[in-house]
Amino acid sequence: MSNKFIGKSIKRVEDKRFITGHGRYTDDIVLPGMTYAYILRSPYAHANIKSIDTSEAAAMKGVVTIMTGEEVGHYGVPCGWQVNFKNGDIMKEPPHPLLVKDKVRHVGDAVALVVAESREIAQDAAEAIIVDYEVLPAVTDASKAVEAGAPQVHDSVPNNICFDWEIGNPKAEVDEAMASAAHITSLDFVNQRLSPNAMEPRSYIGHYDNVYDRYTLYTSTQNPHLIRLLMCAFVLGLPEHKVRVVGPDVGGGFGSKIYHYTEEALVTLAAKKTGRPVKWTETRSEAFLTDAHGRDHVTFAEMGFDTEGKIVGLRIKTFANLGAYLSTFSTAVPTYLHGTLLQGLYTTPKIHLDMTCVFTNTTAVDAYRGAGRPEATFLLERLIDLAALEMGIDPTELRLKNFIAPFDGVTQPGYQTNVALQYDSGNYHGVLARGLEMLGYEDFRKEQAEAAKTNKLLGVGFSTYIEACGIAPSAVVGSLGARAGLFEVGQVRVQPTGSVSVFTGAHSHGQGHETTFAQIVADRLGIPMENVEIHHGDTESVAFGMGTYGSRSLAVGGSAIVKSLDKIIEKGAKIAAHKLECSPDDIEFADGKFTVKGTDKSLTFGDIALTAYVPHVYPANLEPGLDFSSFYDPTNFTYPFGCHIAVVEVDKETGATKVKRFIAVDDVGNVINPMIVDGQIHGGLAQGIGQALLEGIEFDSTGQIINASYMDYAMPRADDFPMFELDRQVTPCPHNPLGVKGAGEAGCIGSTPAVVNAVVDALWSGGHKVKDVRMPMTPERVWTAMQS
Amino acid sequence: MPKISVTVNGTSYSHEVEGRLLLVHYLRDVLGLTGTHVGCDTSSCGACTIHLDGKSVKSCSLLAAQADGSSITTIEGLAPEGELHPLQVGFKEEHGLQCGFCTPGMIMCAADLLEHNSTPSEQEIREALEGNICRCTGYHNIVRAIQSASGQLETAAP
Repeated sequence: MSNKFIGKSIKRVEDKRFITGHGRYTDDIVLPGMTYAYILRSPYAHANIKSIDTSEAAAMKGVVTIMTGEEVGHYGVPCGWQVNFKNGDIMKEPPHPLLVKDKVRHVGDAVALVVAESREIAQDAAEAIIVDYEVLPAVTDASKAVEAGAPQVHDSVPNNICFDWEIGNPKAEVDEAMASAAHITSLDFVNQRLSPNAMEPRSYIGHYDNVYDRYTLYTSTQNPHLIRLLMCAFVLGLPEHKVRVVGPDVGGGFGSKIYHYTEEALVTLAAKKTGRPVKWTETRSEAFLTDAHGRDHVTFAEMGFDTEGKIVGLRIKTFANLGAYLSTFSTAVPTYLHGTLLQGLYTTPKIHLDMTCVFTNTTAVDAYRGAGRPEATFLLERLIDLAALEMGIDPTELRLKNFIAPFDGVTQPGYQTNVALQYDSGNYHGVLARGLEMLGYEDFRKEQAEAAKTNKLLGVGFSTYIEACGIAPSAVVGSLGARAGLFEVGQVRVQPTGSVSVFTGAHSHGQGHETTFAQIVADRLGIPMENVEIHHGDTESVAFGMGTYGSRSLAVGGSAIVKSLDKIIEKGAKIAAHKLECSPDDIEFADGKFTVKGTDKSLTFGDIALTAYVPHVYPANLEPGLDFSSFYDPTNFTYPFGCHIAVVEVDKETGATKVKRFIAVDDVGNVINPMIVDGQIHGGLAQGIGQALLEGIEFDSTGQIINASYMDYAMPRADDFPMFELDRQVTPCPHNPLGVKGAGEAGCIGSTPAVVNAVVDALWSGGHKVKDVRMPMTPERVWTAMQS
Repeated sequence: MPKISVTVNGTSYSHEVEGRLLLVHYLRDVLGLTGTHVGCDTSSCGACTIHLDGKSVKSCSLLAAQADGSSITTIEGLAPEGELHPLQVGFKEEHGLQCGFCTPGMIMCAADLLEHNSTPSEQEIREALEGNICRCTGYHNIVRAIQSASGQLETAAP
């Protein structure tokens, strides 16, 4: 163990290829004889297909093959998480075919695949396919889809209800607590639908080698092994050992590239059928229609308080929109990743969530950065800030009255919530105190009072959040319905010359694993970072893996690598002891040297590596080689938390909101690379603030997305933000060897309600006592709120 | 099919191209310069930004045929082989990239800015990046990368 790299802002080793234009994303890959696929998609949200005529298209020069639902409609992609109805019945799980043949269920539903010599020919041919549709009424709002007489998305799903579900204390106990409340704050709101918008559109290449009978799929994915498992075992019935899945450089994911998409299986089938590689790359317009969306909750929530301002109960009814089909983890997001976070940072004694998950004629909804936890944080933090305004209590004081007391999870036990989870360690007062110090709270309130006399109102909004990351203990998620384990794999292969190849099942699509993981390995082994290479994203080189999402890479994937490093050092000590003629117990390892304790007799890590592979003088009962693989299955989730504070200026004349300051104090446990962690927070903040002010998928009454392009969907741009003000507190995770909690989603989870709270605070300062401004808080919506 | 002659990163090329071929697809598919990316289909994201006769343009917004006779620089040719442009250094030093997909366009756009304004203010930088979308960084470190490249930051010690 040395201390040269961990905790330092080491510049990223992966950057060189990206800044020089040599990143290798899937669409950059060209294989000999490659063909190009285009998918004909439904222009309607809901319609019966009466006929499909491909004859003219098939005859066009350059068309290689055309596939329709007739040929591949019996294949479908699965859902990876089973949730049961309250009465114990299994959720409704209608098929999600690769290509539909009977009925399209959302705009963008796939009807035919054309493979041709070029992208342009494929598109031309697709446009020559004649599909006769019988258009049906569509429903896009989850709360309306359950009403009598609503259009039925699947014949097999009455009232469009996939399942209903509840969590927390018995409903009667919560009703009783609420009846006793001195004050109830209620809020009827929408957590709107978002498009994840990773900058790299999804891209897949299918390849089939008929000599070896092997398939290769290049895919812009967050988890190559899971894609291989799902596609082989649950979709196409291919032998897993004959299929290689490669996730090369991937241009962002944010959840949208976790899932097994139909197009991955389609290009694989088409490659086998045509005997040629088949590439499909979506356009951005297609991405808006087909990349799984996020959020989309319609909620009525109430928080009850006693006369002292202590929370006595929380009661929630939510309709979650799942879209037209179940995506890989869509059922887990509004349930086990959402309901379990409703304790927040508060001692709320009675909590009940009543959740109904609903099919609609819309794009599938699944995890988007934060996945269920931003929705939980939004609900809690909006309610508590609004309650403070309604009761005339300072919002920070109201939080302090209700915070769970600090606990380290080592000398003090974890905190058992009323919604199943046990928090690992926390100090919630600390992050709020630091945030207030950075803000200069007292001065701000004076400034705000002055501003209230002008046309530019000022507001401050707080959000103190917690999330569950480091996903996840396999036994726990298995008992909750997950159809996969959520361990991670880390293999450390020491080469004879002492350099080290590390293979991780985590996948980097911007997170910087090639740097962070190398920092850990170099320090643990006492070798230079340039002697370490991190490999990820290829099922042929990495033993197995569950991929990157849920802020799990370091907490779970990093811990798997540490387990292997421990085995390397333990074996190295045995080899050193033999050569130095002492007991392994007398060997200590530090700074890359195995030393006989209390002497100057030592061997370097390089000496031991060479000996392991040239075992001429070697312990009798020890295998040669220095190569270990470990599976790490965490014992608990990790629980990062923090305090986010937004300061906004609202123009009374126009309703335009400007974020003047954004303060984030996050506690993500130990930090390996502060620069990378800060970068993760920055990006999350932009997405969370984007939801509050700019973003939102909008449907018209026929189910068309009316803003399915960058001309219409308001992506956050550079001039929408100030420089962010960041600080951190460190409360180590007590249950993994690195003490890390995860930082990928924190920024996105905490920030959204802070901005909404700030706008509402600004409006109250101007005498407009509104409860809510619907997101995205466009100038028009804010202006309208001020007219009431 | 129209025939075009262009100079890209100092090398001359002549090709017959389909009339409808976009310049970005010419660069990527014909010349194999895949550092220039396609992130949207409405000329909104800036991932395809290159320099055409010294000016920053979105290479998805013109046809290859329209580039006939021009001189083009892409991310691959921004700095001489084996060297880095100050902006490339700035992006690495200030962690101005995560997934890297928007990065070439960001750098090419910023290079044009610095050509005209060697020490832009933070606001001028943010406004200059208005046509380039990044989903990873929240723009914070991209702004710092450009400030660093224009000598306005003391480079942080590692």
